[in-house]
Amino acid sequence: MSQTGNTQPLLRVENLRVEFPTRRGTLVAVDDISFHIDEGEVLGVVGESGAGKSLTGAAIIGLLDPPGRIADGQVIFNGKRIDNFSYEQMRRLRGDQIAMVFQDPLTSLNPLYTIGKQLTETIRTHVSVDERGARTRAIELLNEVGIPAAERRVGQFPHQFSGGMRQRVVIALALAANPRLIIADEPTTALDVSIQAQIISLLKRLCREHGTAVMLVTHDMGVIAETADRVAVMYAGRIVEVGPVQDVIKRAQHPYTHGLMGSIPVIRHDVERLIQIDGAMPRLTDIPSGCAFNPRCPRVFEYCRVERPELMDVGATRAACWLFDEAREQAGGAR
Amino acid sequence: MATVMGAEQTTRSWFWRLRDSLHRFFDSDIFYSFRRSPVTVLAFVTTVIFFVAAFAAPILAPFNTNDVATLNLMDAFRPPAWMAGGSSEHLLGTDEQGRDVLSAIMFGTQVSLIVGFLSVIFSVVLGVGLGLISGYVGGRTDHLIMRIADVQLSFPAVLVALLLFGFAKAVLPRGLQDAVAIYVLIVAIGLSNWVQFARTVRGSTMVEKSKEYVQAARVIGRSPFAIMVQHVLPNVMGPVLVIATISLALAIITEATLSFLGVGVPPTQPSLGTLIRFGNNFLFSGEWWMTIFPGLALVILALAVNLLGDWLRDALNPKLR
Amino acid sequence: MSANDALVSLSDLSKDFDVSPPFLNRLIERQDRLLLKAVDGVSIDIPRGRTFSLVGESGCGKSTVARLVVGLYTPTRGRILFDDIDMATLKTQAEIEPVRKRMQMIFQDPYASLNPRWRVSDIIAEPIRAHKLLSGRDTIARRVGELLVQVGLAAADGVKFPHEFSGGQRQRISIARALASQPEFLICDEPTSALDVSVQAQILNLMKGLQRQFGLTYLFISHDLAVVYHISDYVGVMYLGRVVEWSDKRALFQRPWHPYTRMLLDAIPDLEMTGRQRIPVAGEVPNPIHPPTGCHFHPRCPYANDRCRNEVPTLVHKESSEVACHAVLEDRLPEVTVSGEPANATAVC
Repeated sequence: MSQTGNTQPLLRVENLRVEFPTRRGTLVAVDDISFHIDEGEVLGVVGESGAGKSLTGAAIIGLLDPPGRIADGQVIFNGKRIDNFSYEQMRRLRGDQIAMVFQDPLTSLNPLYTIGKQLTETIRTHVSVDERGARTRAIELLNEVGIPAAERRVGQFPHQFSGGMRQRVVIALALAANPRLIIADEPTTALDVSIQAQIISLLKRLCREHGTAVMLVTHDMGVIAETADRVAVMYAGRIVEVGPVQDVIKRAQHPYTHGLMGSIPVIRHDVERLIQIDGAMPRLTDIPSGCAFNPRCPRVFEYCRVERPELMDVGATRAACWLFDEAREQAGGAR
Repeated sequence: MATVMGAEQTTRSWFWRLRDSLHRFFDSDIFYSFRRSPVTVLAFVTTVIFFVAAFAAPILAPFNTNDVATLNLMDAFRPPAWMAGGSSEHLLGTDEQGRDVLSAIMFGTQVSLIVGFLSVIFSVVLGVGLGLISGYVGGRTDHLIMRIADVQLSFPAVLVALLLFGFAKAVLPRGLQDAVAIYVLIVAIGLSNWVQFARTVRGSTMVEKSKEYVQAARVIGRSPFAIMVQHVLPNVMGPVLVIATISLALAIITEATLSFLGVGVPPTQPSLGTLIRFGNNFLFSGEWWMTIFPGLALVILALAVNLLGDWLRDALNPKLR
Repeated sequence: MSANDALVSLSDLSKDFDVSPPFLNRLIERQDRLLLKAVDGVSIDIPRGRTFSLVGESGCGKSTVARLVVGLYTPTRGRILFDDIDMATLKTQAEIEPVRKRMQMIFQDPYASLNPRWRVSDIIAEPIRAHKLLSGRDTIARRVGELLVQVGLAAADGVKFPHEFSGGQRQRISIARALASQPEFLICDEPTSALDVSVQAQILNLMKGLQRQFGLTYLFISHDLAVVYHISDYVGVMYLGRVVEWSDKRALFQRPWHPYTRMLLDAIPDLEMTGRQRIPVAGEVPNPIHPPTGCHFHPRCPYANDRCRNEVPTLVHKESSEVACHAVLEDRLPEVTVSGEPANATAVC
């Protein structure tokens, strides 16, 4: 869903590699992934815990906790390379062009400052406007995110807001400087189901209105189904499948994605047993050679253990699986 | 393992478990940080030397200073070996009764360490016990114990010792007083130190109590006592070890202070403090070695134990790892 | 569904927590006692050999109900019947123990529910030893090995410590511990909420298999309606301490009556209908210390009238469900389509 005329993706990640040097050796948490996000589109990044999706978001916005570091690859935003930005350059970019929404609204806001102060501070950091102008804009933003009686509430403290309201404020903070991209890391996981629905709705509407692109990182497939245009499925630090959301969910090609979809219970869809992928995602210290999923894959063959597959076109999606490379598949005697 | 092995191996399974534990220890992060810190290794070695010197004193010490019969007044007031008038028999000189200072230090360290250890054990048992009960039972019991702790804190060790000694003197016949002195000392120092253990354990207990494994034990129907001892206690002992190590240093110094003031061990079994006290009388008449060497020994021992405690605290702190 | 084959029956079960400010504060500042009614008059029947799920959002009291049933809390009011035995009549340890042995609990957090200092075999053997079900080290060890295999682990895993296992494996160990005393009734407090989706599938399959094998009865607490749909036979919906609706699974999901149930079902992100335009209902769960008067849900309910604001609705039989709603009684609710969307939805985001 690119904007008209602009064929250049807003964000391009190429061969990104995130490492953690430890005394027992270097752990590779994100291993050579590449993807892009167009202007105004919502890309879902889904995966189970330990897949590396949060780290990917952190790496893009420059918030990796040391000793973690970007060991290889490039992050290109709006045509410019940003992974090698200095601290100061990154700081200016953050909030202004790329904003972030975290999982826990309780800790995302400073309990000692009023909502208004936090909003005006953020606004004035990126937009040159005086205190009064910033306050007006803050109230505007609170109205936009659906906080009732914004004029009065702008002077209140975070603890006076409920969880759902706080998350709305966090979204308001993210939108304050009208960024081009928002990275949302599990924005609804800590919220109740009914509040989740409200927040997803809000995010969708705002992003459509402002033309903001969103990188939505979550483990909740349902949220992705409702919100995303395209989705990338991560496993053990790699992207195993990427494509339009309807295709990935309904016609999953990669055996892991297929197993994942089948293991999610669906209402009014009676099954005796859920599809079960035996075993668990490998720890960073024990990633198998070749395709990381091979020990658990029901359709594994010899070549899978030898070399790691790249993403290849399979119909409407792209999947990293040797099953879709005819030459290899035949040579390896796949079932 | 027990299902596969027969009776013979189960009796030796403690050996495998010990070897297992040792392997895990030497491979652990704690031991790694130990190896990397030269100060800690030095402190550890020093402490070991003191321990060995103290408890092997009867074998290692050149002289048995506690045996009055071996003393020779002719040897009195000898300076250390490297000074004029000194002899290589008495490396650190002798005191006014002809006792070899080096040997006196070794035997004195023995007394200091015994008193230090036993008083710390007393504090730990009392403090951990009260802390567990306070934290787990909560309510009025908790309030009561904490108020007792507050009152305890307002009594310094010296005062408690004086009170206890006075009481003992009044109650016990003359002959027993000396023998009992060391126990009174241990109880006095122990009583003045239990509060910190109680407070720490109480806090940790309250945290562990809310965890689901404790609730699971309650669902199974275990008694509160069983839960406290078998479930909670192993999980709250961590910080206790650190505090105990630092407490040991403190206890040794407290004992020295009390002995120096004359309220500690009787002169027949001098500790480092007693040695310092007696030697102090001769400091300004030129026989400085009688007080300085025991003093140095005390300082080095306390410092070494303290440094070990510091390292242990940092090593066990998950946030710093 | 007759009450005769109910293994567990709750009547007007309630639990109040005293959250008053300290005595001195109350005296000086003249504040009243504050009571948090975490559970307020819950009455449900759990049939033998079946799974009854309690579902609701945070603060609805479902976890408290679980703890009341298993005995971790004492009820303020109401009755718990287990196999026709009134739990309140059991006073001495000798009376309580044989009954408590027949029920066990599985907890939510796989990391906090196993004592990190105990070996797995000791953790699983604890109920056996506590109730003196078996004696002799080898007998117990063999039984522990059996249990480990039953939950999908290996007998040799007994010597390890919990931290050597993943979240899903730890939940299996918790299940093995719960099964050790051969209970009839298992209370499961959000057992899969902390697990990844694929691991959740393993645990749910395991639990279903064990239920079939041993004829277990489950009380399953969850906030995830899809999981509840998959595993339950009966479902109860709770809101702010009260059960607003309960019935068998199919009836609840296909013909939900209570407006809150309808709202919940509508709020679930739906994998099937991607990109569907939804109109979520407004508002949030109110403060449980000062709940709304009458029906707790009335501030958010599009069908609320004066009676709703003043009178607490009681559970009433409607077709095949039990519902507590005045609008349902008065037939003021529109017909519901199969997908759960009412003919006219309300409110904004």
